[in-house]
Amino acid sequence: MSFFVMTKTILKSLFSKPATEAYPFKPRTYPKYSRGSIAINTADCIFCGICARKCPTQALKVSRDAKNWEIDRLRCIACGACITVCPKKCLSMKNTYSAALTIKQKETFSNA
Amino acid sequence: MTKRTIIPFGPQHPVLPEPIHLDLVLEDEKVIQAIPSIGFIHRGLEKLVEKKDFIEFVYVAERICGICSFIHGMTYCIAIEEIMKIEVPERAQYLRTLWSELSRIHSHLLWLGLTADAFGFESLFMHTWRLREKILDIIEETTGGRVIFGSAMVGGVRRDIDNNTLRAIARKLRDYEAEIKEVTDVFLNDNSVKHRLIGVGILSRDKAYELGAVGPTLRASGVVSDSRKLGYAAYGKIDFTPITHADGDSYARCLVRVKELFQSIDIIEQVVSKMPEGPIEVKVNGTPNGEFFARTEQPRGEVIYYAKADGSRFLQRLRVRTPTFANIPALLNIIPGCSLADVPVLVLTIDPCISCTER
Repeated sequence: MSFFVMTKTILKSLFSKPATEAYPFKPRTYPKYSRGSIAINTADCIFCGICARKCPTQALKVSRDAKNWEIDRLRCIACGACITVCPKKCLSMKNTYSAALTIKQKETFSNA
Repeated sequence: MTKRTIIPFGPQHPVLPEPIHLDLVLEDEKVIQAIPSIGFIHRGLEKLVEKKDFIEFVYVAERICGICSFIHGMTYCIAIEEIMKIEVPERAQYLRTLWSELSRIHSHLLWLGLTADAFGFESLFMHTWRLREKILDIIEETTGGRVIFGSAMVGGVRRDIDNNTLRAIARKLRDYEAEIKEVTDVFLNDNSVKHRLIGVGILSRDKAYELGAVGPTLRASGVVSDSRKLGYAAYGKIDFTPITHADGDSYARCLVRVKELFQSIDIIEQVVSKMPEGPIEVKVNGTPNGEFFARTEQPRGEVIYYAKADGSRFLQRLRVRTPTFANIPALLNIIPGCSLADVPVLVLTIDPCISCTER
């Protein structure tokens, strides 16, 4: 029979600082390699469209003529498949998430 | 004769993380039968093999389960690699083992927390999840995702971990071991916890075997069965003994999982010390043609992936037999005879993962 097995843990947590972070006051820091959101450097992009063809969720749309690169952030699963196939290495993964949306819309980047 | 009452349990119930429905037939306080119905979150993921090519499907396989996501992805990759006769580099095999064991630790800590919550020990639940968070941090630092690792791919792994980070992970886990022990001791020694677990829901050795239970549920009934002993990934080169217990009650199932936590830490240390240098992926050429049954050990038990390919980029058929599906008959066997208040604990002791089950 043993009682008060948790006493040590309880006393420790009473006198230590919270295990959680005071979020809105202290911003959350993400690890370097966190898969947050996809970013593009349009200056290097040749709008070949390989990323759009390899995207497993069809979140990307590339238009070669209009030099547009379009991403649907709500479809994107941040898997990084586009980054691996990009021939010009102009796509990169940011470790922060994209902002919340109030309406469904796509984000367009262009080099026109 | 006592009047019979039928009480619906689930699909929405405070202890259930995911929807399963049981009709409990009661005589007074005693449950005499449980009739299950599943199918509330069927997503038709197996059918998706017709739409996603065999390389892309890894992303879908990983999303079958939110807890053992990496092992799902890895098992799918093993099936495809065996069909295509791809030799996966050693380092990738070891990294797969490492991530599988990290998933096991975080899944078992999650389970311990949920069980504590089921028998009404909220502070214990919070403490186990505090520890789980540290494991999730390691996972996020090494793979980029907390739950969906996204690091399995056909032909190897997507990311490497440098050797310094590997050693740091092993050191960190050694430190956490003491903290985990402090919390798991409460599960194993505290009188009120023991009162809720010992002798509740006994599954005999023969019944467990006959009903085809898998994983900790089977091992807690005294059957030595661990798919990791098949030697997939780098498990063939790791020294470990499957943990079993003879009693077959809820306490035994808890004990097996607690011991597996420490075993996983040991396995990770071995992986780090034996980690070979070299590439982490091989290029995949061609398309699969043939069929294969891949079997791996998830935190909840053995998962089976059957893949059949006909030489095109899309598989013909994929079938996933998840551990929870195999454990539901065992659950229905242990519920009759218990009191109504024990049902939540019993449902949780098989570690149900319903999204896996229904895919």
